[in-house]
Amino acid sequence: MNQNSYDVIILGAGSVGVPTAFFLSKSGVKTLVIEERSSIGQASNKAAIGGIRATHSDPSKAWLCQRSLQIFSTWKEQYGDEIEWKKGGYVYAVYREEDKTTLNNLLIRQKAWKMNIDWLSPNDLLSVIPDLNAEGLLGGTYSPDDGHASPLLSLFASYKHAREQDCEFHFNETVTGFTKQNGKISGIQTNKDNYSASIIVNAAGAWSGELGKLAGMNIPIIPESHEAGITEPVQTFMHPMIVDIRPMGITSNFYFYQHATGQVLFCYSPEPPIHGFDRQVTSDFLPTAAKRLLELIPRLQSVRVRRTWRGLYPMTPDGSPFLGFVPEMPGMMLATGMCGQGFMLGPGVGELITAAITGSLDDVQQEILQNLSLSRSISQIEMLK
Amino acid sequence: MTEKNNRIQTHPILNVQRGKKVSFSWNGCSCEGYENETIASALVANGIQIFQYHHKDHSPQGLFCANGQCSQCLVLVNGFPKKACMERIGAGMQVQPLHGFYSLPEYVADNKALPILHKRTPVLIIGAGPAGLSAAIELGKQGIETLLVDDKEQPGGKLLLQTHRFFGSKEFVYAGTRGIEIAKQLSFELGRHSSIETWLNSPAVAVFSDHKVGVFKENQQYALIEPEILIVAAGARERSLRFPGNTLPGILGAGAFQTLLNRDLVIPGQTFFVVGGGNVGLIAAYHALQAGIQITGLAELLPQCGGYKVHLDKIRRLGVPIYTSHTILQAHGVEKVNAATIARVDEHYRPISGSEKTVACDGILIAAGLNPVNEFFLQAQQFGFKVFAAGDAEEIAEASAAIVSGRLTAKRVLSEIRNVPLPEQEISDLYHLKQVLSSKPGRISKQKLSPDHSGVKPVIHCTQEIPCNPCSGLCVQHLIHIPVDDILAMPDFIGPDGKCTGCSQCVIGCPGLAITLVDYRKDERFPMVTLPYELPVNKDEIVGRSLPVTEQEGHVIGVAEVVHVIQSEKMDHTSLIKLIAPVEIAERIAGIQLKKNEIRTDRRKGNESDQETMICRCERVSEKEIRALIQSGMHDMNQIKAITRAGMGACGGKTCESLILQIMREEGVAQDEIVPFSKRPLSVEVPLKIFLDHGTNKGE
Repeated sequence: MNQNSYDVIILGAGSVGVPTAFFLSKSGVKTLVIEERSSIGQASNKAAIGGIRATHSDPSKAWLCQRSLQIFSTWKEQYGDEIEWKKGGYVYAVYREEDKTTLNNLLIRQKAWKMNIDWLSPNDLLSVIPDLNAEGLLGGTYSPDDGHASPLLSLFASYKHAREQDCEFHFNETVTGFTKQNGKISGIQTNKDNYSASIIVNAAGAWSGELGKLAGMNIPIIPESHEAGITEPVQTFMHPMIVDIRPMGITSNFYFYQHATGQVLFCYSPEPPIHGFDRQVTSDFLPTAAKRLLELIPRLQSVRVRRTWRGLYPMTPDGSPFLGFVPEMPGMMLATGMCGQGFMLGPGVGELITAAITGSLDDVQQEILQNLSLSRSISQIEMLK
Repeated sequence: MTEKNNRIQTHPILNVQRGKKVSFSWNGCSCEGYENETIASALVANGIQIFQYHHKDHSPQGLFCANGQCSQCLVLVNGFPKKACMERIGAGMQVQPLHGFYSLPEYVADNKALPILHKRTPVLIIGAGPAGLSAAIELGKQGIETLLVDDKEQPGGKLLLQTHRFFGSKEFVYAGTRGIEIAKQLSFELGRHSSIETWLNSPAVAVFSDHKVGVFKENQQYALIEPEILIVAAGARERSLRFPGNTLPGILGAGAFQTLLNRDLVIPGQTFFVVGGGNVGLIAAYHALQAGIQITGLAELLPQCGGYKVHLDKIRRLGVPIYTSHTILQAHGVEKVNAATIARVDEHYRPISGSEKTVACDGILIAAGLNPVNEFFLQAQQFGFKVFAAGDAEEIAEASAAIVSGRLTAKRVLSEIRNVPLPEQEISDLYHLKQVLSSKPGRISKQKLSPDHSGVKPVIHCTQEIPCNPCSGLCVQHLIHIPVDDILAMPDFIGPDGKCTGCSQCVIGCPGLAITLVDYRKDERFPMVTLPYELPVNKDEIVGRSLPVTEQEGHVIGVAEVVHVIQSEKMDHTSLIKLIAPVEIAERIAGIQLKKNEIRTDRRKGNESDQETMICRCERVSEKEIRALIQSGMHDMNQIKAITRAGMGACGGKTCESLILQIMREEGVAQDEIVPFSKRPLSVEVPLKIFLDHGTNKGE
């Protein structure tokens, strides 16, 4: 057999590509991962702040993240690696009546999906987060089973085990074209070599639209720039990820948490969104983030800011990923468009893609792939991204 | 001389002036400090070396850079974390060591909060050291509006730590003047130009892609500066060295050491061992001796010390053992360093087994070279700023070269601002001067001694080509010659017989203390030798005594009787020691041993240290861990960072990056395969609340 021949080639060694490679190689699928950068996770994974929640408003995403949560929360006992998982929960803190209504409407559906999430009164919420600003607090949702982990360590753990399972990784290699045979994808060309595989997984996140073009297809993904920051570590004083969905100034929603190792990580969604591939930090971020952080947790005023950075969200028109085979282009598998949730979706997606490739999908997984196919009718914008 | 509390009471060069006494507490115990000194210096003065216990392994952490760069000196001040080296001590302060992470203080409304300051300026200069000051002065002369920011309390940068007379060209860069005096002169000159605004205690914290620079103005207010042109003159930071125990308290960078001694007049220990024989190490060793610290040895990896020979000779004459082709194997100690083990190296710089020597010491001074502080420059360049780097931030060299570099940069900026062509000739002259001042020390010649033993004359013990010429201007009779256009040339005494008056100006003024005077007029068989001396000397104790004298390089060549010691305010803190010596050795005498340098060395191999070699100080990542990853094929430093946290700590890779690069090279990784750390703001940690805009918020 040709040395450059694989069952599956994954494009992109990021939050989605690496766990997918892990599950594929675990199933005995001969897998190659091609990455343009010098190592894993150097594009958007390392820019992720680390939140993992199953409490989405879209059932497919909720199901996938439920799987991810199970994988993250048991990773250490199952595979032995420290990924800094902490079941800190998620809190949507509410200060406006309209947000209370929105979240309570969503809560009905989430509860119907048997999610562990509840509405807490201001007092109950303050017992979960004693430092939360009580002024004007109307309460909020609390989902204690959600949590957070280190994107960097999680990805490295998957990578390490994927390699142990004989998965190959080629870094510093750029895809220059796709080869097709009889209308089917049969491999790729890179700036270094040619490789053949009957299945190519596009897991290139913000860059997957460009790769799609190279293959002659249109994947409606727009990169959107998000800035994030981290503080020095301090003793643990809060556990959940806090989300504030009020728009404020140049931001729509804002979220932050204290990591298991003590640092506070924070991030907001810029409004209007900043499109494009620019990943350079701007002077707007810290003043804007400081205002939002201190409005929620005034005690953070003296914490020292350590660093800030930008990452890219691969945005789809409806806020949900594109997953699964593309009927119009046999051999092409999509695992992209995570809209900034690649880290939390990664393991769940990896498992699903593996099941699709090895032909072991169950009914729920079939349905999810249908819901998240590229050809789905993109009409319903997800309620809460 | 110090009292029990580690404070220098008298200094041969510096005037000991202290502010008002203040009392503060350390870990609940009452201590005394002085206003105007940093917490770090106050603690060291009180004999405290351990500032915190690391969150990862509880290992003791002490002062390392004393320059606001690393975060090893973090302490809690009234409950808030502060870098002890950057914060002044205040009356009633409750200072505590950190034990791992601190607990975030409860919220208290801050009534002193200030709005974010937005400011546009034609020129912003980061760093008020020799390069930044010189650039600002040149721009000031032309009336160009310029903002100069520096993170320290005084302008001058590292000049403020340099008590020795500078080398270089007296015509162009203050050669022959002590660094501390140059700092004063430059600051004075700066004050004369009204177009220059200076912010002290104002660290630059970030360069942003929207062409703004974040500055923490006077450590109180966040300012966003939008310069048309940015000059980065942020200087250099010291390299760390890899050896087991390398982060033990008591192991200091040369800059930290000089800061304690020469700026704050405190001593971190009675005996020190020096690693590194470049100018920084040699000069720091000399500064130590001046402060009354015993130097138990100086190790240099190369077969020769890289610094100027005159600097080397100065400390050799004072009895400091020099170990060339030696490396430090480990530092010993549990809570604090107490000894160093060194060993001879072979031609591949590998330690030779059996050559180990353990030297007792209270501290180890690391002078392993400097790295440019150029991250602001590189980022600004990437963001498309109009940006220049000056001084060490551009290229590591002497402070004299930094002065010229600052002027050169100012010329370029002027031409940019005024949209006029560069003054080619001027630029080329300045460039040439900068090259000359940056010259590595050149060849060494044998000392020329004249057979003529009559009259009075200077004897020049400067035998190496270095960029230095003050002696040529000191002789009132113009008898010492260095060509104006070649300051690298060695000085020549060109006096015909009888012309030298024996005025001793050359002896007093030579920055290398490399000129003596020999006077045969009274007795040709026992001439009088005049030596310069910059250590404390008690006239009454030595006059009339016969003491060992040394030649240029410190070998004892006989004894001579001290007949006189001249000390005068006009002599720039230099004593003249007059000796009567036999004619056979008189002209070779270049030094005198007032006391013997008794050193405890142990030829045995030091006991095995259980200390590890640390690469990342902030996150305590060991060499073993990093080397294993590199050996597993990891050549992207960002991945090493992701896995180990090396470079992710408070300092952001300021010390570990160059060490990881060294290990990469040792492991044979090709340069083009190495991916350096991604550099991100902030460069120093600052409280979140400073970003809160109490005035107009752009985001609203």
